[in-house]
Amino acid sequence: MEGYLYYPGCTLKTKASDYEESAMAVMEALGKPLVEMDDWYCCGAVQSLTTDDLMHQLAPIRTMCCAQEQGEKELVTLCDMCYNVLKQANERVRENPDDLETMNEFQDEDPDYLAEVEIYHLFQILQDMKDDIKKKIVNPLSSLRVTPYYGCMLLRPEKAAIDDTEDPSVMEELLELTGAEVIDNPKRTECCGSYHTVNRSDIVEKRVKEIVGRAVEDGADVIVLSCPLCQFNLEYHQRTTEFEVPVLYLTELLALAFGISVGMKKHKIDPIKKFKEKDILE
Amino acid sequence: MAEEEDKKMIEIYVMGRRYKVPEGLTIMTALEYAGYKYVRSCGCRGGFCGACSTVFRKEGDYKLMMDLACQTAAEDGMFLVQLPFVPAVRAEFEIDELNIEENDNVMLEHYPEIARCVSCNTCTKSCPQDIKVMDYVQASLRGDIDRAAKLSFDCIQCGLCSIRCPADIKHYHLAQLARRIKGRYIDPKSSELEKMVQELKEGKYDEELEKLCDMSEEELKKVYDERKFQKEG
Amino acid sequence: MKVKRDIEFLEKVEELSGQSVNACIRCGTCSAGCPFVEEMDVLPERIFKKIVLGDKEGILEKNTMWICAACFTCSVRCPRDIDIAKIMEAVRQIMLREDIDMVDIENIDNIRELPQLAIVGCFRKETG
Repeated sequence: MEGYLYYPGCTLKTKASDYEESAMAVMEALGKPLVEMDDWYCCGAVQSLTTDDLMHQLAPIRTMCCAQEQGEKELVTLCDMCYNVLKQANERVRENPDDLETMNEFQDEDPDYLAEVEIYHLFQILQDMKDDIKKKIVNPLSSLRVTPYYGCMLLRPEKAAIDDTEDPSVMEELLELTGAEVIDNPKRTECCGSYHTVNRSDIVEKRVKEIVGRAVEDGADVIVLSCPLCQFNLEYHQRTTEFEVPVLYLTELLALAFGISVGMKKHKIDPIKKFKEKDILE
Repeated sequence: MAEEEDKKMIEIYVMGRRYKVPEGLTIMTALEYAGYKYVRSCGCRGGFCGACSTVFRKEGDYKLMMDLACQTAAEDGMFLVQLPFVPAVRAEFEIDELNIEENDNVMLEHYPEIARCVSCNTCTKSCPQDIKVMDYVQASLRGDIDRAAKLSFDCIQCGLCSIRCPADIKHYHLAQLARRIKGRYIDPKSSELEKMVQELKEGKYDEELEKLCDMSEEELKKVYDERKFQKEG
Repeated sequence: MKVKRDIEFLEKVEELSGQSVNACIRCGTCSAGCPFVEEMDVLPERIFKKIVLGDKEGILEKNTMWICAACFTCSVRCPRDIDIAKIMEAVRQIMLREDIDMVDIENIDNIRELPQLAIVGCFRKETG
């Protein structure tokens, strides 16, 4: 197919629609459009870690089987957590073919999953397209100071890591292409609190104070990431702090640098205001 | 009776008790043949009301199956029980107060357990109407209410999906909410309906209605036979 | 200190996690890297000691495994290659499989604003 088969995941359709919109625009501009899967199912957001739990592996296997049935060997996801679940589930069935057989027998109304689909996060695709990205930059973001935030799911555990778990650089390299000044944040691989935002938001607030606080201390204008849950946590929970740092998806910045107008409608902290301050937008 | 001797008899087990019934009956009529009188779990007898939910096994097949008693043939060796009721409490809501423009989590808000869906597909396998139940639960989770409403259109609320769900989801109530939201907020409004309601409120048809009420049976029959089908002009 | 030893519990944890708890050398690297350790009643490595001793009761009343967010920082840093996140998951599952919930799913204040990821993830880790 021209482009890549794309797995959205539940959150990308409503709460994180800014991410989907900008990613689709960027990939279209790069000549490799993201084509949504015909059928797909919620991956479960977190990987089930016990040896005996096959029930919670059904969801990612079912989705990967749908990709297989569409005749595709590669599946790209935008969401870090979906990437991590699909990747770990895939590796798990490759290491435990008996478990795969059991799951295939249970899902007897559907074809067998053969564990031949490869899972990719968008960054893995983008890092191989650096030259193409450079050519598309018409609006260099040179007055913007950005700091990347990786969170957990792109880097841990090792079998799911897209880069070095302690010292990654994929986002920094992509951000440099936009012309922005990239600020290092030593807390960029520390967990934001994840799903504790549901019933222990005090934990998330503490983490946000530390992570965003450090970014502010080092002079960042915006924080850049790719996980919709981190994006929610880092932006929403700034409300109990004195910070006001917009948290953007990397593809939103790329779209800006490509000169493509995208909505940025769902942000709790308005990035447009910041861009105007920095003369990136009029 | 000679007729009964000619008919082939099969054995079915109802709540563990064995009965001989003629071949060719539905589960429902087979139970009645065996002497059961329905006071629950019976309704339209036409596969539409969802009252006669039945759980059964067939001889030689390990699978636990589910279907409607009025639509399923009784088979030799069938082992069955009926479910007079499936307990699933409906979420409370005021349809006029749901602001779906601002609240894209409206389905999750009323039925948070849909986030526990593991995509096992047990609900779809249980559905006597061949509805893609898991698909509409997933659509609800991702905020695609229109799709959830469309997929669940044929639901007769028999409850068989919910009784086996490991995530304790109340599928048919969820689907009902989706359809109500679609009807109220997503589908285009019918201008003819609004016009008609307005005309009724203004009393445009009051006089005619009173005239009809005062007519004799012969006069009514005459008016009925001579009625016009289409609007003039 | 007398501890009621529950060997079945130790065995169940090892079975569900696929990890050897006895391999732990109490170096403290996991606790040092854990971003949530301040909220925990008891450090992760002390939980392991309790598992090895079969002190099931001593663990079940602690909050350590519920504060854990499965971020895998401990797992990637453990010098003995123990997948600590899996051990935390095993202890959580032993409790959740009694069909209990650690979160009240019907009373989440800001459910309208939360991304589905958070809700799905939380329910997976905290409901039975």
